[in-house]
Amino acid sequence: MDLNFTPEHDAFRAEAREWLAANVPAEPLKTYDTEEGFQQHREWEAKMNEGRWGMVTWPTELGGRDADLIQWLIFEEEYFRAKAPSRVNQNGIFLLGPTLMEYGTEEQKAEILPKMADGTEVWAQGWSEPNAGSDMAAVRAKAELTEDGEYYIINGQKTWSTRAVWADQCFGMFRTDPESKRHKGLTFILVPLDLEGITVNPIPQLDGLPGFAEIFFDNVKVPVNRRLGDEGQGWEVAMATAGFERGLMLRSPARFQETAKRLVELYKENQATADEDPAIRDAVIKAYMSAESYCITTFETACRLIKGGKIGAESSTNKIFWSELDQDMHATAMDILAARAELEPFAPQAKGVGTWLDGFLFAQSGPIYAGTNEIQRNIIAERMLGMPRK
Amino acid sequence: MDFTFNEDQLMFQEGVRDFLMNEVSPEKIRELWETETGRCDELWGKLTEMGLTGLTVPEEFGGMGMDELDFVLLAQECGYVALPEPLVQTVLVAVPTLVNSSNDDLKSTWLPKVAEGSARIAVGLEQNLLVEDAHVADLIIMEKAGALYAVEKGEAELEYNESVDLSRKLYKVTFNEANATLLAEGDEAKALIAGALNRGALGCAAQALGLTQRMIDLSVQYTSEREQFGVAIGTFQAVKHRMANVAVPLEYSKATVAFAAYAIANNLASVDENVSHAKSIACAASLIGAKNSIQVHGAMGYTWEVNLHIYMKKAWALDKTWGNQAFHKGRIADAIFADNANIGAGKTFLA
Repeated sequence: MDLNFTPEHDAFRAEAREWLAANVPAEPLKTYDTEEGFQQHREWEAKMNEGRWGMVTWPTELGGRDADLIQWLIFEEEYFRAKAPSRVNQNGIFLLGPTLMEYGTEEQKAEILPKMADGTEVWAQGWSEPNAGSDMAAVRAKAELTEDGEYYIINGQKTWSTRAVWADQCFGMFRTDPESKRHKGLTFILVPLDLEGITVNPIPQLDGLPGFAEIFFDNVKVPVNRRLGDEGQGWEVAMATAGFERGLMLRSPARFQETAKRLVELYKENQATADEDPAIRDAVIKAYMSAESYCITTFETACRLIKGGKIGAESSTNKIFWSELDQDMHATAMDILAARAELEPFAPQAKGVGTWLDGFLFAQSGPIYAGTNEIQRNIIAERMLGMPRK
Repeated sequence: MDFTFNEDQLMFQEGVRDFLMNEVSPEKIRELWETETGRCDELWGKLTEMGLTGLTVPEEFGGMGMDELDFVLLAQECGYVALPEPLVQTVLVAVPTLVNSSNDDLKSTWLPKVAEGSARIAVGLEQNLLVEDAHVADLIIMEKAGALYAVEKGEAELEYNESVDLSRKLYKVTFNEANATLLAEGDEAKALIAGALNRGALGCAAQALGLTQRMIDLSVQYTSEREQFGVAIGTFQAVKHRMANVAVPLEYSKATVAFAAYAIANNLASVDENVSHAKSIACAASLIGAKNSIQVHGAMGYTWEVNLHIYMKKAWALDKTWGNQAFHKGRIADAIFADNANIGAGKTFLA
């Protein structure tokens, strides 16, 4: 065991820090859940790609840096320290990208990845349906192959489709075998959102902004070369994607360590009133420890993976850990802010509230998206601990 | 950066696990509850044969010259079986305290004896109310008024204090400095005491990991067998989620405990924080482990007969000793609420 960074790590960190210092916008971008903000974030992705910082874990020939997981964690540390913008194309870069590299044809990779990398095409997810939420295998939206075998005709509905309002593309699972049930007969298809027959209905989230949408498909004609993997292989491809989602890439420790740091600062600024409730101080200490545990454990996992180890069902502990940590940290911030907690940051009396309210609202979604924490707990109990399924 | 244990360390862990699972069964523990000392010389002899008692004794004194990182996985295994013998304390606290002192006489007298299994050393810090295993100790290292003394068997007065965990043997130790050897004073004593406290806390944290895993394993087994409403109760989500709620904090304590061992072995500047972090969360996980395990065992969990209480009681005790939650969270607070605190992304491994 050697927990020192190598000189190469240090150089990588220094280079990232320097680039971010020179390029991160001085004024925070508008939220990407507005049209203007979405455009700003798209431009930021292009800039990141120019500097070859957009997808550090991608291969060099695709504009990445072939970074291993430790370098990726270092990059993320610098990224969050620099208060750089959220990644509007997260669904593409971190979820679909690696899946495409594994399952995609050469043609698909050449066609899709460069546009994903520079933000020309932002991706939305098409997992859930009104009757397929936690029960993802209950997908009903149909894709029927035309007689000439050239197209899929898609009919049905997806919902809770993150980023879909202004996204260009959507990936998702569709039922290609109408006789099939559950995990079988599903196919993974990449659908351009500007095709005829597609209707995107924005759904306002808790903050009133349309961060997700429902998508209706009415005889939408998608070329068959937009299928990822084989027909009927959709569940396997989706699991690979969801695996990435649940795994390390979705939420790096740096994000939570920076939140914990801001929470410590918020507590110190408001200590006189915060200490009126001793539980607050305890919660701040615990939040700091948990964020550190998340970092320490993630580095340990990354080192294990680099040495050829595998992530199994323990990735389900990961999702529970960070999402509940995030919720707890923001709840504690609300406690500290007390009567100011409910105020929008632009309210006249909202002094020192920062972005905590926004973060608090978003934190409520963490235990729900990417597989509810109840589903994760089932997975832990059954696959990690070996408790009986039935 | 390589945050993994090496092959030797993992193989040693496996060997020790197999040994302990054979030798330290729940039946054996119950048997020892009935004996006068609660300790087993034969078992201690076998631990010595495996090189365990002398693991941290330098090679020049007949030991293996290993460090905290080599032992932390073994301490976890000691926790898994709730080993009554004071191995963790000996290897992790007593020996390093002597080794790190400047008293060569005491070192050359006692370290070879520990390595060959003919002597046991207990340590009494003021942080702890009582001294563990003073009754079988040939030497007790005692903190008194900022100094450390080496007190030989027979020179101290021992008052037994019964613990809810019958495997824990706790003593109030009273001694007269005139009948003891001064081990260290002043800054040296201060450093040794701080080091002993961190090592003791690390020992608790590592054992807590093992105890928690054992409680999970017992609970999974029980709930897979016990049927109600015509099915194994482990199929119920309410039961599953209780166990998942133990697995999550356990999973997120393991690397933190390893990091604390690394911090001690490598004298990191952040060592106090690293150790307190590990002790606080690993013991907290074990308390959730105890709470949820007894619940899923139902009334059986509340009986003397079912083995769960062996591990549960140890977990309860270890959380409160070698610094309780207030002490360890207090040290975290000192680190993060200081004016010059340097926290946030990218700081964890740069101490």
